[in-house]
Amino acid sequence: MHSNTEDTICALASGSGPAAISVIRISGPKAIEICNTIFKGKDLNKVDSHTIHFGTIREDDVLVDEVLVSVFKGPNSYTGEDVIELSCHGSPYIRQKIINLLLDHGARSANAGEFTLRAFMNKKMDLSQAEAVADLISSESEASHKLAMQQMRGGFSSEIGKLREELINFASLIELELDFSEEDVEFADRSELKDLILKVHKLAQGLIESFKVGNVLKNGVPVVIAGKPNAGKSTLLNQILKEERAIVSSVEGTTRDTIEDEAVLNGVIFRFIDTAGIRETQDEVEAIGVKKTLEQIETAAIVVYMFDVNTFTPSTLRDVIKELEEPLSRNGAKLLLVGNKIDQQDEETVRAQYKDFDDMILISAKDNQNVEKLSNKLVDLIETQEVSSSDVMVTNSRHYEALTKADASLMNALKGLETGITGDFIATDIRQSLHYLGEITGQITTDDLLGNIFSNFCIGK
Amino acid sequence: MIDSYDVVVVGAGHAGCEAAVGAAKLGAKVLMVTMDMTRTAQLSCNPAMGGVAKGQILREIDALGGYSAIVADKSAIQFRMLNRSKGPAMWSPRTQNDRSMFNNIWRLMLEQTPNVDFWQDMVNALIVENGKIKGVKTGLGIEISCKSVIVSSGTFLNGLIHIGDKQMGGGRSGEKASYGMTEQLEEFGFQSGRMKTGTPPRVDGRSLDYSVMEEQEGDEEPGKFSFSDDTSPLSKQRSCHITYTNSTVHDILREGFDRSPMFNGTIQSIGPRYCPSIEDKIHRFADRNRHQVFVEPEGWETVEVYVNGFSTSLPEEIQFKAIREIKGFEKAKIFRPGYAIEYDYFPPTQLKYTLETKLVDGLYFAGQINGTTGYEEAGCQGLMAGINAALKIQEKEPFILSRDEAYIGVLIDDLITKGTEEPYRMFTSRAEYRILLRQDNADERLSRKAHEMGLVDENRIRNLDSKLEGKQKLQSFLEKESAVPDEINPILEEKNTSKLNQKVKLISLVNRPELQLNDIIDGSESFKDFIDRENINKEQIQLFEIESKYAGYIEKEKEMADKMKRLENIKIPGNIDYNKLSSLSAEAAEKMTNIKPETLSQASRISGVSPADISVLLVHLGR
Repeated sequence: MHSNTEDTICALASGSGPAAISVIRISGPKAIEICNTIFKGKDLNKVDSHTIHFGTIREDDVLVDEVLVSVFKGPNSYTGEDVIELSCHGSPYIRQKIINLLLDHGARSANAGEFTLRAFMNKKMDLSQAEAVADLISSESEASHKLAMQQMRGGFSSEIGKLREELINFASLIELELDFSEEDVEFADRSELKDLILKVHKLAQGLIESFKVGNVLKNGVPVVIAGKPNAGKSTLLNQILKEERAIVSSVEGTTRDTIEDEAVLNGVIFRFIDTAGIRETQDEVEAIGVKKTLEQIETAAIVVYMFDVNTFTPSTLRDVIKELEEPLSRNGAKLLLVGNKIDQQDEETVRAQYKDFDDMILISAKDNQNVEKLSNKLVDLIETQEVSSSDVMVTNSRHYEALTKADASLMNALKGLETGITGDFIATDIRQSLHYLGEITGQITTDDLLGNIFSNFCIGK
Repeated sequence: MIDSYDVVVVGAGHAGCEAAVGAAKLGAKVLMVTMDMTRTAQLSCNPAMGGVAKGQILREIDALGGYSAIVADKSAIQFRMLNRSKGPAMWSPRTQNDRSMFNNIWRLMLEQTPNVDFWQDMVNALIVENGKIKGVKTGLGIEISCKSVIVSSGTFLNGLIHIGDKQMGGGRSGEKASYGMTEQLEEFGFQSGRMKTGTPPRVDGRSLDYSVMEEQEGDEEPGKFSFSDDTSPLSKQRSCHITYTNSTVHDILREGFDRSPMFNGTIQSIGPRYCPSIEDKIHRFADRNRHQVFVEPEGWETVEVYVNGFSTSLPEEIQFKAIREIKGFEKAKIFRPGYAIEYDYFPPTQLKYTLETKLVDGLYFAGQINGTTGYEEAGCQGLMAGINAALKIQEKEPFILSRDEAYIGVLIDDLITKGTEEPYRMFTSRAEYRILLRQDNADERLSRKAHEMGLVDENRIRNLDSKLEGKQKLQSFLEKESAVPDEINPILEEKNTSKLNQKVKLISLVNRPELQLNDIIDGSESFKDFIDRENINKEQIQLFEIESKYAGYIEKEKEMADKMKRLENIKIPGNIDYNKLSSLSAEAAEKMTNIKPETLSQASRISGVSPADISVLLVHLGR
């Protein structure tokens, strides 16, 4: 096996729990090229082997994280191939985001023990280590299988089953008109096939979308705290984080600024976005403090808008809501209004003043008054989202990868149908799709298709 | 006293005949033993060759020097290219054949093949010493010594015929079954099973009213199977006819269900799902009130007609009563009833890629004994077994075809890797590289290899070279020459594709889905001249067109095949002890111990063997 003909693989190389720093490893002929497409900094194609580079990972120019990239060119690397080790912040969300970006740009998830396997195949290890390598592969495979099985629970498993069945039905219809064109059975016409493929696509899309929601719960609900300077954002954040200090994974203490902070409230992880920005003390000139929020709203599930009840007016608050309304609804994010510094006012008076705003919470961040109420409110907002109560959710990134690829092949098939290409070519895309879905459900064989055809159609002379 | 032979072929059906050809062409001394030489290469079921996937196999057999395609061409009474409206990978040649011409021509060709001798007798035992084949024993008590034996027993091993509640031993209607060999093979440690197949009644064509049936004619421009110059397309053809059963027919058939061996439990063995009996179709698809019946003539002269689609093992009086209710069959006279037959087979996971058994050195199985069905499936196995038997005697490397090279490769790999629960028939969907395995390029895929071994002559290679050269010439011409808007625009308009404003290279028009190469020829004087001047023929045009129009898909499949090839090249030694590889899953170890995969690629196709198991094996074998 020559390394040049291999795929480029990637995976998290450090532990999967929360940590200050995580390392993602990429290995294969396109490791440097793929990494370079999402990395902003030096051109990695031009750097020397065994060098480290600081830069940022960006998705469509949106900052994902600041990272350090170590470049090892084959054969002088762990696997013997070109290898990149990317050190990023330890948030599960950031890790997942970066891995997804790598997958989107042509890498694939490494199989059990695959880095070590490649190292072994490329003679980076001694023959005497064969047994150990084999053991590593089988134990990793078992672990990831167990994990996948756990994630195949209830609703997800039945949705996948439905998807599998629909896809087999579709593939059978295509194969039917190829292998059994002489039979006296009714063949599906093009528009029927198109409808069917869209139906399967919709099922797949639903599951793929659920991954994003699932990830929100698994990797933390992104929250943006907005408001004018001196509204008390920083104080509130510190209160929330202090309360949960024991289980917070703050990445402070590293050499760089904190990009996010996490807190677990009632068992739900919340990620507070751009907390570094909040902690900065510089004056902001903008009047109501939503401009920055607008930039971050795409990544947020909840926007907490804070204001000082002593200096704010209901009409300004109305302006804020108006400003945020459209972007919020576009992104499906929720708004939570928080009046701060209630300790300096009579609560009843303030409440009367803002009686038009039902769901507003009045707190004193400084005195830690009603902060717990706010925390509970954050949890409520998440749990009232319909998705969180449903267990039809993709949570395993391998499942996500397989579904995304299966769906992409389906779309190729659809394109083929639309250009009027014949069934044998459409079938190649459908087979690809079946293959990827098979990575979740177990491979779907010709016998499955033939069995389906024979049980549904009267075939044979 | 009979001489000693290199190869003894037991059974002269499609597998046996091709086995004899394959071995004899490589110089092996071959003896064919058959119970009745007049039934050589008998078309026991329908009088037709080829069809979807099967036509591709016939073309492959021909490219490898087998005779089935030539015999099919010479005995054809009708030719059709099925699936014309689909992509080129689906085009499938099929012929109706004159049954008696078919076996006469086969016999003649075998008689003209050097190194092939005949002996009419029944083989009822094998002579095996120390796990090695030494010869065969016959019903007449004769012992024939040989270096290898190819068993292609068809439906004859313990064959049992059923018509209603009647049962009789037999290998085919009116022919004796063969006894003894199964029991002996079981003693050697082979596992055996039973399979079932069936055939419809034959009727007198003079008693049918064709005027009420749909006529199904042959192609206007018939093609042929063989790549050789030995055959030519038909100049006249016979038609088939289509009619339908109806609910009266179904009601009558149902009257006999309690005496149907299929339904009353007499037959336990599994039949082919894609070749169901008419009673099975009525039973399983009760809501259908009619089924198609193909009325196929059995030859040029004969009045005998094959009632395709009406396979049955119901009592004969029920068959007769029901068949007369079919439109056009009101006055039908029946020659003989349909029947079901059960026979022994040996699960093919007991074989190597060469079709040699793992248990007995020098013993090969081919055809229905391996659980397959179909003349073409049988023929290609016979050919491969014959070739490999000869190669082994000559101590040469075995000849194995991979899944991206031939349907034959798919068939054998499926059989020995997965086994089969029901009679195995080829479908194009079984091939993962279907676009590579086309009927038009079987010569390109296989003939050079065949020529190196001595299976086809120089002419075949010359034909192939000139075909490929023509493709090349077309490519260069179209890249160089421009289309003239005034000439081509009327054609483009007619075909609903955008017109040209200025000259463009002809090649840029080739990939327009609305256009065929012939349209472009019609719209370009210089192209027309080129075709005439260079004598470019239909095949060359077709090959060029397919390979340029579908280049993207062809490339994609080639890439996938190349990926698989890497695992194909990693051989697994026969003495590996899977139970000692503790990192393998228990299921994988058990399956692989049983199947004994020869390559990592084959191992990966065994159900229950995971990618992690393959990685583990790779670590142990690799580097």
